[in-house]
Amino acid sequence: MTEGKEEKGKYTTVSIPTPLAEKIKKRIEGTGFNSISSYVTYVLRELLASMEEEEEEAFSKEDEEKIKERLRALGYLD
Amino acid sequence: MPAPHGGKLIRRVDENKNIDDIEKIKVSRDLAHDLENIAYGVFSPLEGFMCREDFESVLHHMRLANDLPWTIPIVFDFDGNIKEGDEVALVGENGTVAIMNIEEIYSYDKKEYAEKVFRTTDIAHPGVKKLTEMKEKLVGGKITLVKEGKEEFDKYYLKPYETRILFKEKGWRDIVAFQTRNVPHIGHEYVQKTALTFVDGVFINPIIGKKKKGDFKDEVILKAYDALIEHYYLKDRAVLAILKTEMRYAGPREAIFHAIVRKNFGCTHFIVGRDHAGVGNYYGPYDAHEIFNEFPDLGITPIFFKSFFYCKKCGGVVNEKICPHDKEHHVYYSGTAIRKMLMSGEMPPETMMRKEVAEIIMSYDNPFVD
Repeated sequence: MTEGKEEKGKYTTVSIPTPLAEKIKKRIEGTGFNSISSYVTYVLRELLASMEEEEEEAFSKEDEEKIKERLRALGYLD
Repeated sequence: MPAPHGGKLIRRVDENKNIDDIEKIKVSRDLAHDLENIAYGVFSPLEGFMCREDFESVLHHMRLANDLPWTIPIVFDFDGNIKEGDEVALVGENGTVAIMNIEEIYSYDKKEYAEKVFRTTDIAHPGVKKLTEMKEKLVGGKITLVKEGKEEFDKYYLKPYETRILFKEKGWRDIVAFQTRNVPHIGHEYVQKTALTFVDGVFINPIIGKKKKGDFKDEVILKAYDALIEHYYLKDRAVLAILKTEMRYAGPREAIFHAIVRKNFGCTHFIVGRDHAGVGNYYGPYDAHEIFNEFPDLGITPIFFKSFFYCKKCGGVVNEKICPHDKEHHVYYSGTAIRKMLMSGEMPPETMMRKEVAEIIMSYDNPFVD
């Protein structure tokens, strides 16, 4: 993940317990995450995304039915 | 099913917007496709064409300014008489209409763009060639789709909000996406089916849009896949739908971009083969595998394949991980060799291409892009 972008002032510091940081440090070894921060950012982003998705009702039942009708008409659904 | 890239499926559509009094700018079919891709969330989290900060971050870090993975600039080049703060209507050759709020007009360095994205400045590279023809300024800003374009392959055109409902209705939880710009030979089929063995469904997603001379025509690719799926796939395990965007031939960077797009469609896995989105010898055969190491936070799982081939001794289609025999027993799936056979009217052997697929291709006088 990107290093050296801190100077842009878009990052802030969040404290986490040292034992947790140590655990994360071990977990990310050899994964491509090159810092505890980048891993924590990734996990929080994923968590928030899944929560937002659950909260957000993208389509009304009526709209969803219209989409299914189109999918049936195109042969994608029986 | 994975959340869309950035957490939210973008939808920027307002069919009631009146554009009568807005300045209209004609745009190419490829740009019109990008407008629809932004508006329907194919390119989530993008809400418009990139402003400078995102553009430069993508060039230098392969991430948006907010640090989300993104490897290909999505930009609008224009040198007409507009200024920041204007609202314009972009009108595509295919009938697409979108409103754009001009947030930023900025210059860029084409050489740097080419070096970063294509790893070359060689004009023979089709992506570099296109870049040299682009206007000198880029225009960034959010867009809102007012009217969708009409095109000949619309029955294969699904948006991410539709594929997500489709996959849910089919009961698919794990979905592998297959990117293609080719007609299928047996090697492609084995890659797809090997991946499919471990998931619930395969999403075959050919790219429809500008390609280079000698590539197969879009119509031929779609008909060939229709034939393959009809005769050799379980109907409940495969979905064929198009992705309307141009090929950039950016190799490894484009592999990441292709994976992000399929994540937005709702896929959990993405097949990356040999020389993905490559052209000529500009990229190493497995560079597009290695680049995924830099993106542990992509949110879609790549499945890497080395080439499949037919082994006369095994008596079947295998790959180097499972076949112990020498190369002399192997028949490789050479696109060039298959192309030569098809052009000379010779039916490729069934070990290379399904008869039904070959017949479709051979029914065209010229199946290739001129």
